[in-house]
Amino acid sequence: MSSARTRRAGVQIKAPTGIIGFDEITGGGLPRGRTTLLAGGPGSGKTIFALQFLVHGARYCKEPGIFVAFEETPKRIVTNFETFGWKLAALQKQKLFFLDAHPTPDLIQSGTFDLSGMLAAMGAKIKEMGTRRIVFDAMDIVLTLLPDQAAKRREIYRLHEWLLARDLTGVITAKAGGDQESSLDQQPFGFMQFMVDCAVILNHSVVQGVSQRNLRVQKYRGSSFDEHESPFLIGKNGFEVAGARTLGHSHTQVIHERVSSGVERLDTMLGGGYYRGASVLITGFPGTAKTTLSGAFAEAACLRGEPTMFVSFDSDFSEVIRNLASVGILLDRFVKSGLLRIVSVRTITGNAETYLLRIKTFAKEHVARCVAIDPVSTMSSSASEVVAHSVVERLIDWSKSEGITMLCTSLVDEMASRTVGMSSLQISTLADTWIHLNYLAQAGERNRGLSIIKSRGTAHSNQVRELILSDAGVTLADIYTAGGEVLMGTLRWEKESAERAANEVAEVAGKLKHVRLDAEEAELEMKVKALQTELVAKQTEKELLTRTSESRERELSRGRTRLRELRGADADLSRRKRVS
Amino acid sequence: MSRRAAFKFILFVAGDTENSALALGNLSAFCRTHLPNRHEIEVVDVIRQPKRAMKDGIFMTPTLVKAGPSPVRRIIGTLSEPHILLQVLGLGDLAA
Repeated sequence: MSSARTRRAGVQIKAPTGIIGFDEITGGGLPRGRTTLLAGGPGSGKTIFALQFLVHGARYCKEPGIFVAFEETPKRIVTNFETFGWKLAALQKQKLFFLDAHPTPDLIQSGTFDLSGMLAAMGAKIKEMGTRRIVFDAMDIVLTLLPDQAAKRREIYRLHEWLLARDLTGVITAKAGGDQESSLDQQPFGFMQFMVDCAVILNHSVVQGVSQRNLRVQKYRGSSFDEHESPFLIGKNGFEVAGARTLGHSHTQVIHERVSSGVERLDTMLGGGYYRGASVLITGFPGTAKTTLSGAFAEAACLRGEPTMFVSFDSDFSEVIRNLASVGILLDRFVKSGLLRIVSVRTITGNAETYLLRIKTFAKEHVARCVAIDPVSTMSSSASEVVAHSVVERLIDWSKSEGITMLCTSLVDEMASRTVGMSSLQISTLADTWIHLNYLAQAGERNRGLSIIKSRGTAHSNQVRELILSDAGVTLADIYTAGGEVLMGTLRWEKESAERAANEVAEVAGKLKHVRLDAEEAELEMKVKALQTELVAKQTEKELLTRTSESRERELSRGRTRLRELRGADADLSRRKRVS
Repeated sequence: MSRRAAFKFILFVAGDTENSALALGNLSAFCRTHLPNRHEIEVVDVIRQPKRAMKDGIFMTPTLVKAGPSPVRRIIGTLSEPHILLQVLGLGDLAA
């Protein structure tokens, strides 16, 4: 052991497999310097997993590997995996060695044997190559040749000890029959499971006619791991594990920014729009304008200049554009400018897991900030309910961790569930905002109603609104309630015009009254003026009167005095009168 | 005359383990019984000569290779059943 290696081992105790998802589940890969058992039925992907582990080590970790093929000839394996683009031929020169150990059909056996020969032969090769990783593919083939349980155990033990002594990261693959749980408990697998430090079980089953591949880490000594079954796929680059319930860390950031729903009044109802990074669920019966709302959302995102992806499970690319153009949502221009990517999933065959992975891959390629999926409920038809639910759960989890605002529509079967709130995928609890669309059949009409059932962290309107689609776009209209009944469509229109007429009448009447009052006011004012004039006249008259009488008095007394003066006698008379 | 031809055996063993000893013992006994003076045994210890084991594709030990006369045949195991050996070597009638 060189000091460099010891130092690295101290830091890095896990050997990355390069398998998307698996390194996340296990928190870094397989236990370095230990042995991992990879068990699964035929065609469950054991060889791919094991080979990918080696290829990753050889290409990216400077860890040359040896692949011991007990089942197939190396030539066939190389041919089979050519399509994954792993550059096996180039790797084989130095970093990857295939050991053809498959027993020839004419092999004759007499008595017991052991694997010392192989281990000795490999010991030399390991020294020569500096091998760090080793895979024993289809160990069960050799084990079946061994005559008894004791011999099988002995050889497994020998192999294990040999690996440990050389500090090699080993993977042993072994077939476990169709009924994997029970056959795994059988000897010698049971023994192997106890012995190894890590055990991974691959399962390939068909649920309701849909192929499902699952992977489960059964044990992992000295490490925490996701112990649930994680679906996986064999994609074009190899093994991809879809288990994204990542351990320990979550990227979810709470953002207060709002993004428009594409419908102005809906934004108002939501108190400003959807939250950025939120997942929005729109449920509704067929034809309730779910796609239209998704389109409006996508258009609004494009108008903001954000890369957007529209995933349609229902329609083809061109159909989506045409149909949405009919309601004034013009997506064509954004597709041309490259801002919008429309993915028609009808072209992807497969199960819900495939859809999820494709959506993730496409969104990654497009660096999408907003994603609309229409409708997400399609997934339930291509997988069992449990799987579909888990897929949608992971879809939401993924969009949140990526900060992608996601809008999903979900079809509600009109026949199956009349009750509002029945979402076939039960994702309503996961969504941040849930908008329900339904029909109101009334007076020979069907009208679309929109209501916000929930919207976390936003004040939102409790009202049902009528959704109106026209060439000009999508609008929401207030609805009227009359006698406890909700009015929509023409009824609403009638009510509206009736109300308008009533308003007009009231307005005219008001004006009339105003005029009349004006007149009365004027009349009264005139009266007031006349009276005031009269008052002034009277006052003047009164003053005049007072003045006249005073002057007359004065004139009178002056006259008398003058008269007396003129008479003269009268003064003595008066004096006389006083004497007598 | 071909019956008279000498048999050339190469026995690959891994060190002096129990299986190695058993195989060598069984082979020697067989040759003494059925092929007196018509055999040649080479013993290869894969632990000492790992490259030879790799070259010859010997992964399970013990492995007996009948190098001659042709065809070349391989038998793995401790050779505990002489009748199998007889069949493989085309000496079935000798056992009868």
